[in-house]
Amino acid sequence: MSGGKVPKIPLEKQVRMAVNGDEAVAYAAKHSLVDVVAAYPITPQTIIVEKFSEFVADGEVHTEFVPVESEHSAMSAVVGAAAAGARAFTATASQGLALMWEILYIASSLRLPIVLAVANRALSAPINIHCDHSDAMGMRDASWVQLFVENTQEAYDTTIQAFKIAEDPEVLLPVAVNLDGFVLSHTLEDIYMLPEEEVHKFLGGYRKVTGKTYVDYLGKEVEVKLDPANPLSFGPLDLYDYYFEHKVPQIKALEKAKEVVKRVNEEWYELTGRRYGDGVIDAWGVEDADIIVTVLGSTAGTVRHVARQLRKEGVKVGVLRIRLYRPFPFEEVANAIKGAKVVGVMDRALSFGSFGPSYLDISAALYGLKERPLLVNYVYGLGGRDVPPSLVRRMFEELIKVKEEGEVKEPLKLLGVRE
Amino acid sequence: MFEVRWHGRGGQGAWTAANLLATAAMLDGKHVQSFPAFGPERAGAPVLAFTRISDEPIEIHSMVYEPDAVVVLDPTLLATVNVVEGLKKGGSIIVNFDGGAEELYEALGVGKGEYRVFAVPATKLALEILKRPITNTAMIGALLKAHPLASMENLERAVKARFPGKVGEANAELIRKAYESTREV
Repeated sequence: MSGGKVPKIPLEKQVRMAVNGDEAVAYAAKHSLVDVVAAYPITPQTIIVEKFSEFVADGEVHTEFVPVESEHSAMSAVVGAAAAGARAFTATASQGLALMWEILYIASSLRLPIVLAVANRALSAPINIHCDHSDAMGMRDASWVQLFVENTQEAYDTTIQAFKIAEDPEVLLPVAVNLDGFVLSHTLEDIYMLPEEEVHKFLGGYRKVTGKTYVDYLGKEVEVKLDPANPLSFGPLDLYDYYFEHKVPQIKALEKAKEVVKRVNEEWYELTGRRYGDGVIDAWGVEDADIIVTVLGSTAGTVRHVARQLRKEGVKVGVLRIRLYRPFPFEEVANAIKGAKVVGVMDRALSFGSFGPSYLDISAALYGLKERPLLVNYVYGLGGRDVPPSLVRRMFEELIKVKEEGEVKEPLKLLGVRE
Repeated sequence: MFEVRWHGRGGQGAWTAANLLATAAMLDGKHVQSFPAFGPERAGAPVLAFTRISDEPIEIHSMVYEPDAVVVLDPTLLATVNVVEGLKKGGSIIVNFDGGAEELYEALGVGKGEYRVFAVPATKLALEILKRPITNTAMIGALLKAHPLASMENLERAVKARFPGKVGEANAELIRKAYESTREV
């Protein structure tokens, strides 16, 4: 977040509140005039739909709230709602997201602008309710836009932005907003919300179907939305004759999403005075850094906290928070870290049998360069293992050693695990 | 930045106390953070919650390891939990305790002068005013006696917003009573 310019809505006109990350998401969904919410409870997401169902019970929203019998049904219900032209929202975590998996691909391939909040939580077994990114990484190939937030304020801001990104006519893809389970979902922080009507204006009111039309089998031109008066089939059979071609616009739309995320970040800045880097990456001190650490989510603040101390001690360190994980901002990430000698890549998930997911992306981002920094992958915080500043400092000290030695002996390290 | 660690048992409202203090400080214009440390959730088990209060925005997102103050909602915890673990040198311990100073120092296992120790008979006050042994709001009052982390006025606002009607009024009274009854020992 950075300030400077006077926003269209100055802070004194914004609403200051102390809420946790889940409540912030619920308020954002309310302010975004969501037409349909379908959800099934799962910790640590539960507060989102609990809070939202209070808004429904108190008559504060017009939303159709559909309590379903599973997450598979929740995603199916919002697919139907979004296909009918509704602004649809759901939230989940961990096993719930795993159970949605089959329908995630249908949501994106039907180009439905659904918004999903994920309160990131480890996957079973053993059962664990705490934070890691394993759940989100299970959907990284599903053609969804994936954003990771750092704090409660950003959870509110990003949930609203997500609708704008998803519904952009050049995108029309679902967006997942990831907030770290407990570390953000259950953490109360002081934030600014907008007066509700300002969010309505920002999003252009209720969702509008883009006006794209389709010629049906009777030769009649109809809007691309589910409508009993003009029946349409969604996602019918498409074999080796056209399936491949039909993936091309989907690939292009996801690429396009990167620019839209940046644009919406700037529009939000004009409106509120808050922005998150360029929207896709949020860099701190990288310009002259010898050592850079990359990270997703709430741990970024703790890493920056330690980096500030190291800078005072004269060590040239930087921090790169990756806000947009899919589509991956290859160019932006490469430009931000290519000047460093050593880069520590933090992943709160492991692709078992390989590396942490973002390490693979960052390796790909750097491969085309003639000179590249040394890379070390730190897999950390699985199952909610806390990341105190002392642990982050230890990682930086190891990276300093790698810089001095000029080689990486162990490319994959498990940070904070007992030996 | 001031960091508080709350010790309670599941169901006693340690997390709520952490949130109410944070909300009051937010109303005073501070930056705040409060959160629980959830283990297996069950009534009666020892639990922790944390509050951070700062003049600057709070970036850090880890648990609190070196608090400036610890607050103990339930004196029976002293026998099983090391409540002074990590407490900063000269930091404060605020305990729901209705006994003598010697007894409290012995229960804490600390020497005189190492920390500042405060006692308040919160269970007794809660039984008088709420007619229930719920001490979380009383202990916020006690903490404010030791450290003026939030204004009493905004704490009352936060408590009344959280517990509307008579329950809020009674808790506000309990907080005032606990504040007055807290003694450094």
